[in-house]
Amino acid sequence: MSSIGTGYDLSASQFSPDGRVFQVEYALKAVENSGTAIGIRGKDGIVFGVEKLVTSKLYETGANKRIFNIDRHMGMAVAGLLADARQIVETAREEASSYRSNYGSPIPLKHLTDKVSMYVHAHTLYSSVRPFGVSCLIGSYDATDGPEMYVIDPSGVSFGYYGCAIGKAKQAAKTEIEKIKMKDMLCVDLVKEVAKIIYIVHDEVKDKNFELELSWVGEMTDGKHQLVPKNVFTDAEKYAKESLEESDDSDDEDL
Amino acid sequence: MASIMTSNYQPAVSAVSTGTLSQPDWLTSELSTGTTIAAVEFDGGVIIGADSRTTSGAYIANRVTDKLTKVTDYIYCCRSGSAADTQAVADIVNYHLNFYKMEMGEEPLVKTAASVFRTLCYNNRDSLSAGILVAGWDKRNGGQVYTIPLGGMWTRMPVAIGGSGSTYLYGYADANYKPGMTKDECLKFIANAISLAINRDGSSGGVIRLACITKDGVERHVLTGDQLPKFYEDS
Amino acid sequence: MEASLQMEFWRNGPQPGALYNFPGSQIWNQNEPTKRTLYPSVTGTSVLGLKFNDGVVIAGDKLGSYGSMARFRDLSRVLKVNDQVVVGASGDYADYQFLSEIIEQRVIEEECLNDGFGYTPSSLFSWLTRVMYNRRSNINPLWNTYVVAGWENNAPFLGYVDKIGTAYQAPTISSGYGAYIAQPLLRDALEKKPNMNVKDAIETIDRCMKVLYYRDARSLNKYELAIVTKDGVEIRSPVTSQPNWEIAHLIKGYE
Repeated sequence: MSSIGTGYDLSASQFSPDGRVFQVEYALKAVENSGTAIGIRGKDGIVFGVEKLVTSKLYETGANKRIFNIDRHMGMAVAGLLADARQIVETAREEASSYRSNYGSPIPLKHLTDKVSMYVHAHTLYSSVRPFGVSCLIGSYDATDGPEMYVIDPSGVSFGYYGCAIGKAKQAAKTEIEKIKMKDMLCVDLVKEVAKIIYIVHDEVKDKNFELELSWVGEMTDGKHQLVPKNVFTDAEKYAKESLEESDDSDDEDL
Repeated sequence: MASIMTSNYQPAVSAVSTGTLSQPDWLTSELSTGTTIAAVEFDGGVIIGADSRTTSGAYIANRVTDKLTKVTDYIYCCRSGSAADTQAVADIVNYHLNFYKMEMGEEPLVKTAASVFRTLCYNNRDSLSAGILVAGWDKRNGGQVYTIPLGGMWTRMPVAIGGSGSTYLYGYADANYKPGMTKDECLKFIANAISLAINRDGSSGGVIRLACITKDGVERHVLTGDQLPKFYEDS
Repeated sequence: MEASLQMEFWRNGPQPGALYNFPGSQIWNQNEPTKRTLYPSVTGTSVLGLKFNDGVVIAGDKLGSYGSMARFRDLSRVLKVNDQVVVGASGDYADYQFLSEIIEQRVIEEECLNDGFGYTPSSLFSWLTRVMYNRRSNINPLWNTYVVAGWENNAPFLGYVDKIGTAYQAPTISSGYGAYIAQPLLRDALEKKPNMNVKDAIETIDRCMKVLYYRDARSLNKYELAIVTKDGVEIRSPVTSQPNWEIAHLIKGYE
């Protein structure tokens, strides 16, 4: 970002002369400082994986989770400022609740994404507010509509995806995701790949410790979004670590 | 007793006495679709039916009423109770569902329509007199019928009847409804039901309006005069 | 939150029958008192509850009466709240649906937090007593009697709340007509056998439901049974008891 400053970056309500809103771009930077989060849409559901960076050994394990439930059938994985993310989660839950109370059925993901996007976007329009330093992956499963996944940016735009990554190593993670034939895969197998990708893109040199978070929603969970069961988690983590070691070994052989 | 002890003229129409004034009932009564309505689900859609009488007391204010009211292209409601209340509620639901369709870019579910009807009927239960059947087709659950009686509860039923005439129909409906009836069987079933109720309920009458709602939309019929199903008295 | 989600009758518009603000006109007739629910419409009859050694069982029949008409013959009046709580309701069915949808949403919100906390029987019961007492204090009661049953602190829980906010806990509970007919039978059964097992409790309840079917003109011989133990909630529906009409053969004439 060559033109940092120059007076046009102090407010989200002002364009720079070349048509940019710097505050929104800085918000994107905040997301890129965060641990990676990925989501993949398989045949029977969605799997989320998060690399939650642990900056001190003094923290309790399992605190400050970055995967949230929005409704029974819907989950969200976030990257960026966690406190900002919680505000978005709260908004999403209220939208889901409101829809259910008005229309008597679970909210469709596309509609929720539209509503949350509008909320995020509204924070890019005024000088009195700061944009959200958060990108989020939202996924849901429904027996008729099948699995769906969307990503919302700090700018308030959203896209639907088969697989996506946000946060620090999003480029590397996307490259890995592209290698997977997710359209033919079931979530039980995708969980392992998701865990593996998180382990692959984790930078051991810069960020020493991290906790892996895995969640899914789909046929296997009866349409409910939840953290993956302990045994599935252990298997996936084991698979991820083993395949990392294997590739390390093969690297050595090549040398 | 009073009529025995006095020689006063008795009007032919029933009267409501308010203090010293006596007026014909049609001056004071609310317009109501004292009605017969019915709806039944079949594989692929629903059949709905209604009579066409609107009364004010004993006076027939409209003899060709349409009580099958459209709320979306694939969802109709059958109205019974106060004509004004049910029209107002149907208009409001129509507004909400139009908005929903534009916002979501797809047809609302029948359940969604029923939920909106229910919310209005329940929240205003003390000021509304409305018994509504919501029926229609959606791509998720096919043909569905929801019934929303006076207090504002709602439940899905494979076959539902409503309005003042329906009290004469419970025996007929329980005995003759069979799960898995074809579209034509359902049409016949509903037409017979309305016809029987018209014969026994003074507040139901006129013609029989029928509609079939499927994935292809709505197809409407009117049975008049000698097209009304006949029973032993007429044959 | 419930209040903010309620759909307005006509957004930005006047009350039905009233006009838009017309200069100098009296909009609403203030001479009449405000009317609130004066009578229930679709109603459910008795709900019975009985504690036994390692659990609690409640039952309510599947009838929704419309005055004296047996209009809805397949309604459920027993709500499973979570794996340790059930609620049974008698009285106005629309009010029961209204409250059960609120409970359902609150349970979803609890589940979303995924912190291991949820409604216990006593917490839901306590909340219900406040809701019922509040509504009657605003002269707008929910026309119901609720029976809360559950498993908590390694013991069964059984509570009663009615439309005016009266609340108590007891080893046997019956609402509506059951208070006259079933309650003495339940107390008698429990006195004779203070340490009932599941089988005893279910048999006792079945006998009471049968007697109610004989003597309550708003009842149906098809009921729903909820059993709560340390292992969770089991709902049995529909249950039909075998009536005995043999005495009819002994009767000839009326003297």
